[in-house]
Amino acid sequence: MSKKIRVATTSLAGCFGCHMSFLDIDERIVELLEHVEFNRSPITDIKQCGPCDIGLIEGGLCNADNVHVLREFRENCNIIIAVGACAINGGVPAMRNNFTVKECLEEAYLNGIGVENPMIPNDVELPLLLSKVHPIHEVVHVDYYLPGCPPPADAFMKVLTDLLEGKEPSLPKEILHYD
Amino acid sequence: MDSHNGPDNTPGSPIRQQDHLLHHLYNIQQQFQHIPQQAISDLATRLALPISQIEGVVDFYSFFHRSPRGRYDILFSTCTSCGDLAMMQELCTRLGVSKGETAADGSVSIATASCIGMCDQGPALMVNGRTITQLSAQRLEMIAKQVESATPLDQWPAEWFRVQDNVRKNGLLLGTAFETGSALTAAISQGPEALLNEITKSGLRGRGGAGFGTGMKWKFCREAKGDAHYVICNADEGEPGTFKDRILLTSHAHEVFEGMTLCGYVIGAQKGYLYLRAEYRHLLPDLYAVLARRQQAGLLGRNILGQESFSFDIEIIVGAGAYICGEESSLIESMEQKRGIPRVRPPFPVTSGFLGQPTVVNNVETLAAAAQIAVHGSAWFNTQGSDKSDGTKILSISGDCTTPGIYEYPFGVSIQKILDDCGAEHVQAIQVGGPSGTLIGPDEFERKLGFEDLATGGSFMIYGAERDLLAVISNFAHFFAHESCGFCTPCRVGTSLLRNGLDKIVSGHGTQYDMDEMYRMATLVKRRSHCGLGQTAPNPILDALQRFPKLFEERLLHSDYTPHFDLDTSLAEARQLTHRDDAEAHLS
Amino acid sequence: MSNSTNNSITIDGREIPFEEGQTIMDAARAADIYIPHLCHRPGLKPHGSCKLCTVDVNGRAASSCTLPAANGQEIANNTPELKEVRKNITQMLFVEGNHFCPSCEKTGDCTLQAVAYHLDMLDGHFPQFYPKRKVDASHKSIFLDRDRCILCELCVRASREVDGKDVFAITGRGMDAHLIVNSESGKLGDSDISTDDLAAQICPVGAIMIKEHGYEVPIGRRTFDLHSIAEPGLEPVILRKGKHADE
Repeated sequence: MSKKIRVATTSLAGCFGCHMSFLDIDERIVELLEHVEFNRSPITDIKQCGPCDIGLIEGGLCNADNVHVLREFRENCNIIIAVGACAINGGVPAMRNNFTVKECLEEAYLNGIGVENPMIPNDVELPLLLSKVHPIHEVVHVDYYLPGCPPPADAFMKVLTDLLEGKEPSLPKEILHYD
Repeated sequence: MDSHNGPDNTPGSPIRQQDHLLHHLYNIQQQFQHIPQQAISDLATRLALPISQIEGVVDFYSFFHRSPRGRYDILFSTCTSCGDLAMMQELCTRLGVSKGETAADGSVSIATASCIGMCDQGPALMVNGRTITQLSAQRLEMIAKQVESATPLDQWPAEWFRVQDNVRKNGLLLGTAFETGSALTAAISQGPEALLNEITKSGLRGRGGAGFGTGMKWKFCREAKGDAHYVICNADEGEPGTFKDRILLTSHAHEVFEGMTLCGYVIGAQKGYLYLRAEYRHLLPDLYAVLARRQQAGLLGRNILGQESFSFDIEIIVGAGAYICGEESSLIESMEQKRGIPRVRPPFPVTSGFLGQPTVVNNVETLAAAAQIAVHGSAWFNTQGSDKSDGTKILSISGDCTTPGIYEYPFGVSIQKILDDCGAEHVQAIQVGGPSGTLIGPDEFERKLGFEDLATGGSFMIYGAERDLLAVISNFAHFFAHESCGFCTPCRVGTSLLRNGLDKIVSGHGTQYDMDEMYRMATLVKRRSHCGLGQTAPNPILDALQRFPKLFEERLLHSDYTPHFDLDTSLAEARQLTHRDDAEAHLS
Repeated sequence: MSNSTNNSITIDGREIPFEEGQTIMDAARAADIYIPHLCHRPGLKPHGSCKLCTVDVNGRAASSCTLPAANGQEIANNTPELKEVRKNITQMLFVEGNHFCPSCEKTGDCTLQAVAYHLDMLDGHFPQFYPKRKVDASHKSIFLDRDRCILCELCVRASREVDGKDVFAITGRGMDAHLIVNSESGKLGDSDISTDDLAAQICPVGAIMIKEHGYEVPIGRRTFDLHSIAEPGLEPVILRKGKHADE
């Protein structure tokens, strides 16, 4: 293949579990790397997303930084794939949506068990929390969805292979799971 | 019996009006400004109903509240014809209370209500269930003073509560004098079969908008087997922009009640109910007086006009703020002391209606027309009207015209003729039949009213060139989302999605993507919803997309995709908690 | 197509018989034709609220669980258009509640999820509503997690029609509609529900669940990990909780 497909990945409000599952493709990664080169990703430690063909986004949006990173990916990637439950509907982090940001911060930094030197952090380096955790498609257009918590390695392979072959990605029922 | 909403009541044991759950709850709400939990428990015991059923009813109807409203509970209509939300804001500011909240001292609360049927004499509000019309800045200030001085409502100036008929154009029904009892006399001399024949021959069709043949409905019900038959007059006139039933009940109540009695005579019912929308509660004393007079005259009760086999009584059930109860099976559920959830049809009420028994549910105007037809005959009626729409239609005309009010026309009248008569110039659009009807623009003003062209329940809302028509469409989307009963998924979720999607576009944040989504959802909700509410809720949006696409396009951002929520607002709480306002503390 | 002497309807071109009194859903089930549904359960009064079973009968939309079968009906069921409509309706149910499958004990046995799999639903599509709903853990053996409730009223009907109780009801209107418990305190612990009740077992999602039976079957071996909801005869399996689908 003359030119490799460029792929970037990131985890927003996620747990990196989707990335771990992706790595469960094991030795197939060698074959994949014949066709794919990774841009910004925890795998490469590249910090800024360059022009890419595919962006894999794990996790939803819980703070301002998540929004910046998501927009950086959307601007640079031809195709954005929402990966995993959190990117798709907020997932477990979105369970904080039952509470206000005030309740969350006060529990974590003021009233929680074992808190010392109680204060709500306000350093300008820290991204501010959004009032609710949101799925990524509520902020940018998402091209494809890869559900699962995490999506199985086979699902990553299937979607990427489909795209490499120039096909619409589709998930067979056996690997379509939300859990 | 088919019922979703609570345990089935025993057939043949109708609830007496003084014992009706809705009436008990109204009294409790008046006394305590809310429905306390203890009162629910007590009522459950007293009426032998499940607590959950009573809670369900309290939470379903807009005029019942679980937490205290003010001693003056003021509701401004949200209707585009009889509402003025700027005035509401003024009064909120003047009295120092936020919309939807109750003042700390419990004195006053100010909130909104769906159309209160005062569209020809707005802006209007309701205070503790009583209507005040023709609001002005001056009147608003005087209302504020009365609230501040805690003047009892019955000492407020009586003219504030005056509700006018405003009949501008008489026709067959409004213009023909009616002699009390004449229809019943005619009926008895003909016998039920001949009368039914005459009603059928007249071509009278339901005046609520759907247009089912009245004679056929009565015939089906007459033929249906049951322990009892019932007549229900649907006076839950909730379609925004409609108020013609108010006039009929104010000035033609005899015709309405006589129509009900006639129907009872034909179908073999001994009991009739008038289900009155709560917004018209002020009509009750006069309606009871008319009923009493009819009783005295031998036109109600036992052995009507000396006929041994003909007994008929009428009771009045007052609703509590739920547009869905205008749908006949929801209305019946409501009468059965439940949430107003539309039933599965079939079976239709004519075979299985109130308490599972054969029931005719007719519109107020239909019954008034039936009474006149009984006196004057079918030909008197059907020589007027158009091909498929016999007789006349009473219209409630409101909005941007010089003389809003009641107009009666033979079916087949053109829109332009109506506009000329009511003094409407530079008209941008008309909502024919209310939000659930059809939105038309100037190139359709030669169309005609009638079941074969523009069907209508009577609402006729005119929007002049100066109106923000998109704001009107948005108002309707909010109305339907608020009034959706929540039973079926497409309407429950879909009307909220439509409202939110439209809000996004109206506020200038929408893109072509949002337009396409709105169209797709509107189509789905219209086609897949359970009842007429969901099936018509998307009409204003679909009509506007088709006829006024520019309205939407002008507001669109030329971008592929924009966020579904306001990112910077979403950071506001965190900014406040961290006392930050630096550049990184914002998102554009 | 239809045979006028016998009672028959046609679903997606296949003629099937029906008996007087059967709904389209009844007839379809008898012929092993799957029509997606969530609020329907044979033996309980048809409800017609979820609208997953919407079909086109002679071109008109209708709920197959409530519409009586009538001779000669031409019914479209498994078409691309209806699949899309049903997927959208399922997505509506997902976004109006708080459905976090990975942290739900019902996952793999959940009918909502299974229907979504059947319809190839990959995402909620619409903006999430993230409503705030109350959890009721007051009962010693049963909990009620309203975040997952889809308002199908199976529990309401099961309690009323089968258990002879009246434990559940729906209150509120529109998007505020929610499940309540018929007791003085409104708490499940103060109601007369018991774990043997059909109402305690019938919830198609994880809203009403028996306590102390968590994760007895590992994820990956649960009912819909092994079966498609469209397989005929799965209904009894779905009701048998906490058991491996093939046990």
